[in-house]
Amino acid sequence: MDFLGILQILDSTVRLATPLLLACLAGLYSERAGIFDIGLEGKMLAAAFFSAAIAYTTGSVWLGLLAGIAASVMLSLLHGLASITYRGNQLISGVAINFLAAGVTVVVAQTWFSIGGRTPALTGGARFYEITLPGAEALSGVPVLGPIYAELISGHSILVYVALAIVPLTWWVLFRTRFGLRLRAVGENPAAVDTAGVSVVGMRYAAVVICGVLCGLAGAYLATGLSAGFVKDMSAGRGFIALAALIFAKWRPWYALYACLLFGFLDAAGSRFQNIETSAMLVVILLGAVAAGLVWAGRKSRLDMAVMGGIAALLIGVIALVLGGVGLTGTATIPVQFMQALPYILTVVILAGFVGKAIPPRAGGEPYVKER
Amino acid sequence: MTQIAPAIELKGISKSFGPVQANKDISLSIQPGTIHGIVGENGAGKSTLMSILYGFYKADAGEVFINGTLTPIPDSQAAIRAGIGMVHQHFKLVENFTVVENVILGAEDGAMLQPSIAKARKLLTELATEYGLDVNPDAIVEDLSVGHQQRVEILKQLYRQADILILDEPTGVLTPAEADQLFRILGRLKDEGKTIVLITHKLREIMDVTDTVSVMRRGEMTATVKTSETSPAGLAELMVGRKVLLEVNKQPVTPGPVVLEVSDLKVVDHAGVERLKGVSFSIRAGEILGIAGVAGNGQSELLEVLGGMRAATSGRVTLHGDPIDLTGQSSDGQSRRARGIAHVPEDRQAEGLIMPYEAWENVAFGYHHDPKYQINAILMNNAAIKADCADKMARYDVRPPNPRLPARNFSGGNQQKIVVAREMDRNPDLLLVGQPTRGVDIGAIEFIHEQIIALRDAGKAVLLVSVELDEILGLSDRVAVMFDGHIMGERLPDETDEKELGLLMAGMSETKGAA
Repeated sequence: MDFLGILQILDSTVRLATPLLLACLAGLYSERAGIFDIGLEGKMLAAAFFSAAIAYTTGSVWLGLLAGIAASVMLSLLHGLASITYRGNQLISGVAINFLAAGVTVVVAQTWFSIGGRTPALTGGARFYEITLPGAEALSGVPVLGPIYAELISGHSILVYVALAIVPLTWWVLFRTRFGLRLRAVGENPAAVDTAGVSVVGMRYAAVVICGVLCGLAGAYLATGLSAGFVKDMSAGRGFIALAALIFAKWRPWYALYACLLFGFLDAAGSRFQNIETSAMLVVILLGAVAAGLVWAGRKSRLDMAVMGGIAALLIGVIALVLGGVGLTGTATIPVQFMQALPYILTVVILAGFVGKAIPPRAGGEPYVKER
Repeated sequence: MTQIAPAIELKGISKSFGPVQANKDISLSIQPGTIHGIVGENGAGKSTLMSILYGFYKADAGEVFINGTLTPIPDSQAAIRAGIGMVHQHFKLVENFTVVENVILGAEDGAMLQPSIAKARKLLTELATEYGLDVNPDAIVEDLSVGHQQRVEILKQLYRQADILILDEPTGVLTPAEADQLFRILGRLKDEGKTIVLITHKLREIMDVTDTVSVMRRGEMTATVKTSETSPAGLAELMVGRKVLLEVNKQPVTPGPVVLEVSDLKVVDHAGVERLKGVSFSIRAGEILGIAGVAGNGQSELLEVLGGMRAATSGRVTLHGDPIDLTGQSSDGQSRRARGIAHVPEDRQAEGLIMPYEAWENVAFGYHHDPKYQINAILMNNAAIKADCADKMARYDVRPPNPRLPARNFSGGNQQKIVVAREMDRNPDLLLVGQPTRGVDIGAIEFIHEQIIALRDAGKAVLLVSVELDEILGLSDRVAVMFDGHIMGERLPDETDEKELGLLMAGMSETKGAA
């Protein structure tokens, strides 16, 4: 693969990582405050639809963005109402929001636009376009650095830069401000915050609203930046991958960036290398290495024996098939489905025990009740 | 002499939770610069009263005066502004924050943290020298000992410039030495003019450190007296409303043959931490072995292993000379009970009872294979269990004696009596009992102690684990002290005192025999 090819993969890595990153940071605020949120997916989806719908009808992507954020914040407040005010189960509320968003977006889309639960394609001012950073054209002739600047750094939608800027901002807010101290405290021991005379409910609502705003950005980016319009289920599990990335990142902003870039990279690689013709030998060696790695990691981290055995058996089965089909010297085709499934496979593997010791905020998932 | 306004004055405070009146028309006046004790049984309303003073609850009626000024306290923020600080029994600290972060939480100076942290760090250094409140400002709270965590709580209040400090059961988790240190600190705070309210059920502490003491019973303030003009027995009588035996009445018994023999018992927990590091002891028939120690030094694990709730890593345990299975098929609680080992666990609400279940159901737990509870191989004889429960409730003085009441509706003392009735009424050869009187009122303590002594007098072996030194010294025929998974030494209760046991509890090695 040539240099430009690598740059293009990295370029789409950044694009594809952006919605994950925004959703992951959204989850970070919420979970750091002790509110687990598996409704990231639903909020993104709702934001994607409403941003696309409003952008299409008004012709302004900015109004669309606001509408997406508003929709996402509304769902956040619903989650807050259920889990903070009424002390309900946060997981159930999150699942409900996912179902709600999956259904409502399609039904409303069909009612409004009557083209099979989609929005019409967005054009003109109804989309976010790549912006070219100053000097990108001029520098593109410079060897190595020029293409890196022109291809990789320049030429993304404004929301990509916003997402990247939110990473250091989140770190600064969490660890350098009073708000961040209280936010983290309320996720660890709300009773300490309460006895210090600070409202636990207020802090948690603030966190949930921030979560809604960031999810709104993520969804709007999906529909108006990454694609040109809304289609059914377009979030495609990104909200859940963002949650996996959040755990992988141990609830830390910079780690979240790295984790999302990794997932984004797999996504990018998956869509670029569709059908790979490769040496069967290479496939066997790679799968063997993965199986060995799993066994080793399983011993280290006490990964459940059954899961581990299952994965190892699966891989050995694939190796056997490849060997039987083409022999060691032939070429094998890695199916496109496998490549597209890569981010999801990584999610499973990471959650199954590769993260090491990830300690969630201690009061996470627990409604706060003043003790008697 | 000029008239000084009282630091705290309560007038006619009342508070109800549904049908339960927790505080009835309470009036109280506390002079500034004194240490005032509040004693009372569980549920007497002490904590409710203090929670009203700290703005956690709103009183239904009554007024609060701070330094002579009428001060409404609708929330904790208002209490803090009025200069009231509270050190809760269960610390309200964020465990993975540093000391200084915990101190400033909620009392930051501005939106940025850095100035507050710098200011707090400076103040902590000053307070450390002024009051002997020495804590590393940058330590993570969960790495600190319990005694130091408590200092962080006090520092938190001083940082908020509290003039009135309320301490709720502050010594429950401390070693005697740590408690002494705490009282020295409180003494210095008092000398600086702070007013201290000490809530405790330990009468000895009241006698040692307070200037005045109030007694609460069933939501009412029954008396306020000068500490120098009262006695522990007098206070106990005021608390319970009748004469109480504070000393355990115990006849000497000649121990019989060895019942339980534990040798080199080791336990590694799921996190890989070694909790028991080779524990050996034996208990004879007609003997109570008391295990003293600060909570968390392996006593719980010892009880759990012997009770069949946890597997041992290595070691040997015999009952009447026959080995007990510590790891295999028959290492569960059921098999232990079949061999005559009964277990009153440390935490009755988590391990002893199922709170939403009714009393009769709880009475059958662990013994539900008893033939007299069965109609046939499939059906249980619920009527027989209820009758048995009613019988036990009568004999063990459980109030109210209603088998159909869910366990959570009984008071702490009566919950404990249900567990005690279930375990002791089977006449076990060995009784394992952990924290038998934690959170239990004085009347029930007396009763439970009598039952334990009666079992011992009947020639049974008893292993008693308790963090209350008074209880250990009062009941035990021999005392062993645990520290960090080891038994630090054994003493006879008549030949030792709290000071020596306190040193052993703090991990100071053998003083006798070494010389």
